[in-house]
Order: sequence, then structure tokens, then C-alpha cells
Amino acid sequence: MSLESPLGKFLGHGSARHGTEHWWAQRVTSVALLPLTLWFVFALLGMNDFTHASVVGWMGSPVNSILLALLLIAVLYHSQLGLQVVVEDYVHTGWLKVSMLVGLQLAHVAFGVAGLYSIILISISGGMTV
Amino acid sequence: MAEFQLPPNSRVKPGKTFKAPQGAKNVRRFSIYRYDPDSGENPRLDTYEVDMDSCGPMVLDVLIKIKNEIDPTLTFRRSCREGICGSCAMNIAGGNTLACTQASADLKGEVKIYPLPHMPVVKDLVPDLTNFYAQYASIKPWLQTRTPAPPDQERLQSKEDQEKINTPSACILCACCSTSCPSYWWNSDRYLGPAALLAAYRWLVDSRDEATGERLDELEDPFRIYRCHTIMNCTNACPKDLNPAKAIAETKKMLAARSH
Repeated sequence: MSLESPLGKFLGHGSARHGTEHWWAQRVTSVALLPLTLWFVFALLGMNDFTHASVVGWMGSPVNSILLALLLIAVLYHSQLGLQVVVEDYVHTGWLKVSMLVGLQLAHVAFGVAGLYSIILISISGGMTV
Repeated sequence: MAEFQLPPNSRVKPGKTFKAPQGAKNVRRFSIYRYDPDSGENPRLDTYEVDMDSCGPMVLDVLIKIKNEIDPTLTFRRSCREGICGSCAMNIAGGNTLACTQASADLKGEVKIYPLPHMPVVKDLVPDLTNFYAQYASIKPWLQTRTPAPPDQERLQSKEDQEKINTPSACILCACCSTSCPSYWWNSDRYLGPAALLAAYRWLVDSRDEATGERLDELEDPFRIYRCHTIMNCTNACPKDLNPAKAIAETKKMLAARSH
């Protein structure tokens, strides 16, 4: 039982004085994703076939590989921001919440590094060593 | 995790049916959530058959008729019966609204009446609004200034400036909006909810208030304001036709504007 006042309980540890950057970044990544996703969908539709050689050849173009890298960064950044909110909304068990938040951040960075490395490798080497 | 199912002692069981009196021609069924904490029993849904020919037009009239003539144990809050006190806010036919301004004729079929969703229930249709009021108090809903008041007159405000606070200050704190918000259901311990955020906005746009910066500082928090995901149930539910969702969006824009 607690005799803490309802106001004291709600005020808790006070305002974190942040959150606007997160809100802003969600919107900026959405704006970036609009043209990038459209480009990606149309690029896939315009592909003649999906053999290893033709996809690698398509990625060999500097414009395509740069746009692909931008899409990857925007998707992962946006996904990190969104999934963080989902966890904060629904997970209220302290240890589980913290481990999920940490796990999400690490996973997104790992996916990003792996993705960028692959794009660079393919566009430089033409996919020969992959 | 968030709880998606009621705990076993809160699950609603079927209850009694109170038949309409002999000879009643215009009978309407109302199923009402009943919970008595002293009985130790689960909540139940009691059904009342009401003769609408001898009943007033609003849902509140039905509840008063039930309490007076059928079942005096039915418990609910009411006061002004004209939509200005906010006491009789409840969940009627699936939507949060005021029983006193909701006409029974505008509802279809059997009418189900529950207390405001996701709040602790004191008894029957009476929710515990302690945290809701604490949230309202937390935004300091009063004028804060540094400039001393003029010695011989009120703090003046232009007509245009007054119009900015006209609508948001019409909020009656009935809690229909906040208790319709899923974000509020899951996180009301840290999220202010639409009612308190609309009240905060009313002071942010008050031309006489000089604590706008401090007020924004207090709101700028991942939970206090940013749990709002623009679901907009709040604006849908408001029985006074106010727009808490827009007030929250405007506040987010103020926060973004001061950091860019």
C-alpha cells in the first residue's frame, strides 16, 4: 500500500524534456521513404529477370546502389523509431522492456552495417566475390 | 505486457432480467453493467425492459426511471442533466458520451451501457477518476505570469486572442475522450491523455499567460505527450464537439518549432 498522493504519483520522475527529435525523425524518414519506396517498386517492376547476373548488373550502377543504400538507411531508421514506440506502448515489464529496447537498437545497427557492406561490395566488385 | 484480457474477477457474467410491466406497448431493452465491490462477485450485465411511453427522451431519463421505479440499487453519477457538468459520462452503445445528451431514439436495438472503459470501477457505472483529475492538476490549469497585474483593471485580451481559448476552454472534463484512447488505456500512468493535453493547450495559447516555455518543457516527454499516435478517438468521442486531437497536433508543432 502506498499513501503517495495521486498528483505525486502521476508526476513521477518528471518530464524527460525530449521526444521532439524522435517525432521529427519519424516524419523526416517518412518523407524520405515516399520517393525511395516508389523508386524501388518501379525498379523491380522494370527488371527483365531476377537472375543473379542481372540483379548484380542493376546494382552496379552508381545511382541504383546509392538509392538502395539510402532506402536501406531510411527503412532501418524508421523501423527502429517505430518499433521502439511499439515496445514502449505495450511492454510494461521492466527487464523485458529494457532488453527489447537494447535488442532492437543492436539489431537495427547490425542489419544496417551488413546491408551497407553488401551494397558496397556488390557495386564495387560486380558481385564476383559474393 | 499490456493486458488484452480482463482479470478473472473482472469478467462480466450474465445477470438478471427485469421484465416490462403488463400492458406496456413501447418496450426497449437496456443491458447495464453492474458491479458491487462489497459482494465479492464478478460484474454482471442486468437487462431492464423499460416502457418508453412513460419515459423521458434521453438515456439519463432511462437510468433515472430504472433507479426510481425498477431497481433502486443501480448506481450512477448525474447532476446537471444538460451536458455541462460531465458527471454522467459513460459508454453507451459502444461509444463514450453523456447519458443526458444522448437520445435513446438515436440508438438502435438493445442498448448496452458500461462505465467509461479501462478505468477502475467504484460501483456499477461509477468510474474512479482520481488519476484523471491528478493529470489535470499536473498541467497547472491556471494563469501564470511574471508581469504584475494592472492595479486598476483586469489583464486585458484582444477579441482575436480570446477566440483562441474560447473552444478549448469549453471542455467539461467528462473524461469521454481520454477513456476512448487506446494509448491512454495502456499508459495512463505516464501519458496525460487528450483531456489534460487539451487543457494544457488552452493555457499555451492564452495570450495573458507567460509560462508557455515552462509548460512546453513539462509536456516535452516521450510519454506525457508523445504517446499520442493520432488515433483521434478523442475527437470522435467528445460530446461537446471539441477537437483534442487538433490541440495535441498544434502542441507538437509548437514543440517542433521551438527546436528548429
